[in-house]
Amino acid sequence: MLAETNFTAAFPVVEPVVRLRDFSRSFGANTVIDGLNLSIAPGEFVALLGRSGGGKTTLLRTLAGLDSVQGQDVLIPSSRAVVFQDARLLPWKKVWRNVALGLKGPGVRERAEAALNEVGLGHRIDAWPLTLSGGEAQRVALARALVREPKLLLLDEPFAALDALTRIKMHALVLELWRVHRPAILMVTHDVDEAVALADRILVLDAGRIVAEEHITVQRGERGDVGRVLRQRLLGHLGCEVTSEHFLSAVDVGASIVPFPQGASA
Amino acid sequence: MPKSTQLHRRIASLFSGHWVSPVVFLILWEAGSRLGLIPKSTLAAPSAVIGTLVEMLATGELPDNLFVSFLRVAAGLVIGLSIGITLALAAGLSRQGEAAIDPIMQIKRTIPTLALTPLFIVWFGIGETPKVALIAFASIFPVYLNLYSGIRGVDVRLIEGARSFGLSKTEVIWHVILPGALPSLLVGLRYSLSVSILVLVVAEQINASAGLGYLVNNARDFMRTDIIVVCLLVYAALGLGADGLVRLIERRALAWRPNLAEA
Repeated sequence: MLAETNFTAAFPVVEPVVRLRDFSRSFGANTVIDGLNLSIAPGEFVALLGRSGGGKTTLLRTLAGLDSVQGQDVLIPSSRAVVFQDARLLPWKKVWRNVALGLKGPGVRERAEAALNEVGLGHRIDAWPLTLSGGEAQRVALARALVREPKLLLLDEPFAALDALTRIKMHALVLELWRVHRPAILMVTHDVDEAVALADRILVLDAGRIVAEEHITVQRGERGDVGRVLRQRLLGHLGCEVTSEHFLSAVDVGASIVPFPQGASA
Repeated sequence: MPKSTQLHRRIASLFSGHWVSPVVFLILWEAGSRLGLIPKSTLAAPSAVIGTLVEMLATGELPDNLFVSFLRVAAGLVIGLSIGITLALAAGLSRQGEAAIDPIMQIKRTIPTLALTPLFIVWFGIGETPKVALIAFASIFPVYLNLYSGIRGVDVRLIEGARSFGLSKTEVIWHVILPGALPSLLVGLRYSLSVSILVLVVAEQINASAGLGYLVNNARDFMRTDIIVVCLLVYAALGLGADGLVRLIERRALAWRPNLAEA
């Protein structure tokens, strides 16, 4: 019905924007990523779940081009952008200059302004970053990523530091921006419900390998029922065995997130 | 009735201000001088000091000598700050630079600059050169130490964030590292300025024929405590002015900091 589980990364027919083949990375004797295969299709929304220390950050750094990948079969697009958990705005540059960071050519301010308008912060264009709230800073970070029209947008737990209400608004915003710009998205998250609500495909990374892969074909906003089943399975993959009692109470906590608000559909 | 309580409160608040104790001190000082409790050769009265100040301003004696001192400090600072900033950039931005420069600077830091005065006299004689050299030498360190640690202290996450947007190494230095180190540079600048004035006082004791130090030395020989106090006031004003200058630069350059951004 909703998802087929297979343990090898599926290779779509279209040319992928990201392709890692048998990718490994180790620090000293410590192997962080071990023979990983991953491919992401253009415009695909992938969520990456995993326990702390499971290699999520290392994989994200590789895809962001922050670590060298000498001698490995790694394909990443040149146009990519990252939104970090902490917005990482430069406090000494006004909001629009942060958005325009590294952009060249004429009309840079106009482009930054357009991107800020898209995230609903056009009025803060000349503000100093340190005067923004956490949610606003994260929206600026989104604008800064999108102004580059990236083929690959990497989201590194971008909502983890936000309060629940802001988080829900940000989910809606990310989906909206994704629909307009259609980048491939890889979102690293701890939050199973967030992954279920947003992604086309969910990967579970553990000990440097992809241990589970779930495709979700049900439209966003209608995932309440399938989400519950999926959630339990994903938690199982994450080594978090839930009894039905725990499960029910956990669902209550997550209930505000799983059925996606505003009935958004892909 | 309420009017008079208001008046009382006003008077009360007037006398609880911070200016009260200095004024009382000045009045006691003046009174002590006039009553002969404080001999003129020990310390001139405030009124005498003000009179001398006006006189020295009118004759041009003070401005002329102040200008000489100012040039010494300015020359020393330009040299010292240039060297300090250059070394800090080299040590902060490259590993080789750090290995080559920082150990020497840390060793040099342990030598009190003023202890080098005899050596500088042997090397540079007793003209302008040793004075400027001492000020330059002393002002290298504060600016070096602060800028160097400021560069090293720039948030790695910001650097990575900028790199993830494809900024080159030069662009990262220009957009992230240097602005990030600017607050530390200004702290260093403030220390360098106050150190330079401190060194000026001592350096001008070396056979000066003009400058504030020369005025003080001359006044000492003639037991003119009024002139000495005038010069002390000028030193204080110089320190205040230097501090104010850096504050002004900070307000302009660090407008992004929250306490200033909200003000």
